[in-house]
Amino acid sequence: MLHAAVLLPFLAAFFIPLLYRGVKQVHLGWFVLLVPIVLFGYFLTFIKEVTQGVHTLKTFEWIPSLGVNVTFYIDGLGLFFALLITGIGSLVVLYSIYYLSKAEKLGHFYVYLLLFMGAMLGVVLSDNLFVLYTFWELTSISSFLLIGYWYQREKSTSGALKSMMITVFGGLAMLGGFLLMADITGTASIRGIIENGEMIVTSSLFPFILVLVLLGAFTKSAQFPFHTWLPDAMEAPTPVSAFLHSATMVKAGIYLVARLSLIFAGTDLFFLIVSGFGLLTLCWGSYMAVRQTDLKAILAYSTISQLGMIMAMLGFGTEVAILAAVFHILNHATFKGSLFMVAGIIDHETGTRDIRRLGGLFTFMPITATLAFFGTFSMAGFPLPFLNGFLSKEMFFESSLHFENASTIVEAVSPYFPYLAVGGSIFTFVYSIMLFFRTFTGKQRDKLPKEPHEAPIGMLISPIILVLLVIVIAFVPNVFGHSLLSPMVDSIAGSAGETHIKFWHGLGPALYMSLAVLLLGTAFYLTRTKWERIYTILPGKLSAAKAYDGIITGIINGSKKLTNGYMTGSLRHYMIYILIFFIALVSITISVTGGFKMSFDDLAPIAIPELLIAIVMAGAAFGTIFMKNRIAAILVLGIVGYGLSLLFVFFRAPDLALTQLIVETVTVALFLLCFYHLPNFDKQKESKRTNAVNWVISISVGVLVTMIGIASHSTKLFEPISEYFLKNSYKLGGGDNVVNVILVDFRGLDTMLEILVLGLAALGIFTMIKLRPSKKEGND
Amino acid sequence: MKGTNDLILKTTTTIIVFIILGFSIYLFFAGHNAPGGGFIGGLMTAGALVLLYISYGFKTMKRVIRIDFKNFIPIGLLIAVLTGIGSFVFGQPFLSHTDAYFELPILGHSHLATAMLFDLGVYFTVVGVTMTIILSIAADEGEEELSKVSES
Repeated sequence: MLHAAVLLPFLAAFFIPLLYRGVKQVHLGWFVLLVPIVLFGYFLTFIKEVTQGVHTLKTFEWIPSLGVNVTFYIDGLGLFFALLITGIGSLVVLYSIYYLSKAEKLGHFYVYLLLFMGAMLGVVLSDNLFVLYTFWELTSISSFLLIGYWYQREKSTSGALKSMMITVFGGLAMLGGFLLMADITGTASIRGIIENGEMIVTSSLFPFILVLVLLGAFTKSAQFPFHTWLPDAMEAPTPVSAFLHSATMVKAGIYLVARLSLIFAGTDLFFLIVSGFGLLTLCWGSYMAVRQTDLKAILAYSTISQLGMIMAMLGFGTEVAILAAVFHILNHATFKGSLFMVAGIIDHETGTRDIRRLGGLFTFMPITATLAFFGTFSMAGFPLPFLNGFLSKEMFFESSLHFENASTIVEAVSPYFPYLAVGGSIFTFVYSIMLFFRTFTGKQRDKLPKEPHEAPIGMLISPIILVLLVIVIAFVPNVFGHSLLSPMVDSIAGSAGETHIKFWHGLGPALYMSLAVLLLGTAFYLTRTKWERIYTILPGKLSAAKAYDGIITGIINGSKKLTNGYMTGSLRHYMIYILIFFIALVSITISVTGGFKMSFDDLAPIAIPELLIAIVMAGAAFGTIFMKNRIAAILVLGIVGYGLSLLFVFFRAPDLALTQLIVETVTVALFLLCFYHLPNFDKQKESKRTNAVNWVISISVGVLVTMIGIASHSTKLFEPISEYFLKNSYKLGGGDNVVNVILVDFRGLDTMLEILVLGLAALGIFTMIKLRPSKKEGND
Repeated sequence: MKGTNDLILKTTTTIIVFIILGFSIYLFFAGHNAPGGGFIGGLMTAGALVLLYISYGFKTMKRVIRIDFKNFIPIGLLIAVLTGIGSFVFGQPFLSHTDAYFELPILGHSHLATAMLFDLGVYFTVVGVTMTIILSIAADEGEEELSKVSES
């Protein structure tokens, strides 16, 4: 049943194209809507079990021999995310029905969306590391497809590519971490690994594993410095941004850190990296969000900063912090989802998302404005009791003040955390307020592309539900706290502990911090024009996007340069590489193994004719190098060939001598034939350096080959088998000519293939000459 | 050689070609016990044929020898392969040779080996290869010369 639930979106994705072709009257989204709603209802039934501490485990054997099985596991953490995915998924599908017109390629859109939904469910419910990785990459791929949905736009495709590169880079790093973890503990099951967490933390590879796994989580959750793909992913249709880039996919990294925190939490390294980068991301994201002018870009940077905040709280690792983290995941999903939908409505009804052109929309779109009010003020953590953002932000401040882990490093850095938290929150406040006031109040600045008006009711339903949730959660946080959040804290921290959300009426430092944020934030917002020029200094020319572009173009240019550097297209150069490698390989081998030996034991006496022939051949060979005329060079080269055949005569190899004589004649004739048509030697002016290189290489090759010859003659490891041939030539082969008996009888197969080679060569020459395009036909 | 009176060449060729052909056949048959064999025999035969082409020219030779030497290549390869396959009939591994003495009507007591059949394959292939290469290049040459003449 559980497997069927995860499989359902994939199955539905199969049938979408059929429906898309078959049913034209009804918007395709209505059919798709059934899937997440059914799943949401199905997952709701688990709440009771999970609050009682009963966890469901279902296994389907996939590759049992490798210990890779599709095991789905429902505990507090998994169930919460599954509800988030299906719940927000339903609302997003509903919203998209009104957002996308039927003229769009809806079939593609819903197939990708369902694939993503299924993959995401797989990520949060998998108990097996490698199954989790499979679904993880599937989310990357489907997200890539969704971002590039309007593939005719260049920005869409480049944004899709960027998100793909970064998340897949992280995904692969994560796979490395997973492999190490599975190797150390001997199991791929996450529960099994958590049980053996000690083995990982104490292993010498621990820092390496941690960094690899966190690379995956940080790239997926857009943490600094990998956050750069998220603003570019805003080229996707708005429902996609609302679903993937605020509520679900970017929380996959959060999920991973939460899931594995039973293993890693408590180590200093985990604390430093996760909370450090989390806070850095929080500050940087909110700081950068103030600078944006595009609604969705603001929301993207805002998501980055909120994710940083959640990540930081997971890093703190105290039970209060984890409760705050999971509470904020819920809150962020509600208000950010609604805000994206509001941004989509504004874009849809006015034709622009640029806040410099928007303004005074309140009178035209009162419902949207009200929704935006709740969303933005909740995001800002404005101290109003009906905003859930305020509650989780209070808890965040509270958790940044107290740390249980009392190692020296933690004590050294933790006093700075509250300041960072407040600093980040001030900017969060500024951009949230800016988002609301600059869009909905004041005067209309510009002639808008469309006459602004209120959105159709269908488009408003989803954000209304989300905003109602914002308010309901704020009023009765503990209903959610007990049913959803406390089992989740249980899964993350190992024990439920304090799960009562009560900090909303305590008069403590957290409240003062909130008030400080409120006051300073207001001040910053009002004086915004005065300090805006700081952006030319701090990010200035530095930005992660530029770094990314630099790296990508650097890699491309670097590899181009490298390839162009050695792939010159000149055969001479390639020859040089081959020979240099040969020289290096052989000389190193000889010097390392001491393979060079010289023995004079079985040398035959040198007769005078042999010596003379050798001198003539050497002279001829040397002469060809200096010949200025091709024909002369060929003829002189012929001397070498005929000399060789003479040597064969002296060495008593009549068959070879005969063959060599005829073959040499034929080759010289063919050479003459070819070279007759070539122009005379252009006396190529080679530079002295090239010449020197050529000389050095050719002499070294010659010396090396000579050395190999001498060495192999001097070391005879085995008796030669020629004795056998000499003895058995007549007995077995029925002939006295041992050479011929070897050729046709003992080693007949070689001969057969050699004549095949000859035949192919002849046919090759024939076809080259006869079947080339004739000059009269031209080049076509 | 076109245009010149090469009577001496033609006359000597007619005699010499037969000597060369005879020598090449001798080389082929002698191969098993003396220097020689299919390869050299084939090259020698090709040499004799080339001499004919040189002395008498293409047109004449085309009339006299109406054999396409390209066909020699598959024929030779086929003979060699079939010799090899033949050993399967006797349940032997590929390319197993045998030899025996026979009383032949004219030649009398003769030593025959299946290896010679294989050598025959080599012989045919080599003749085919050499002639194909030389004739196709030469024909190309001739055509080019002709086209040059016609252009000018």
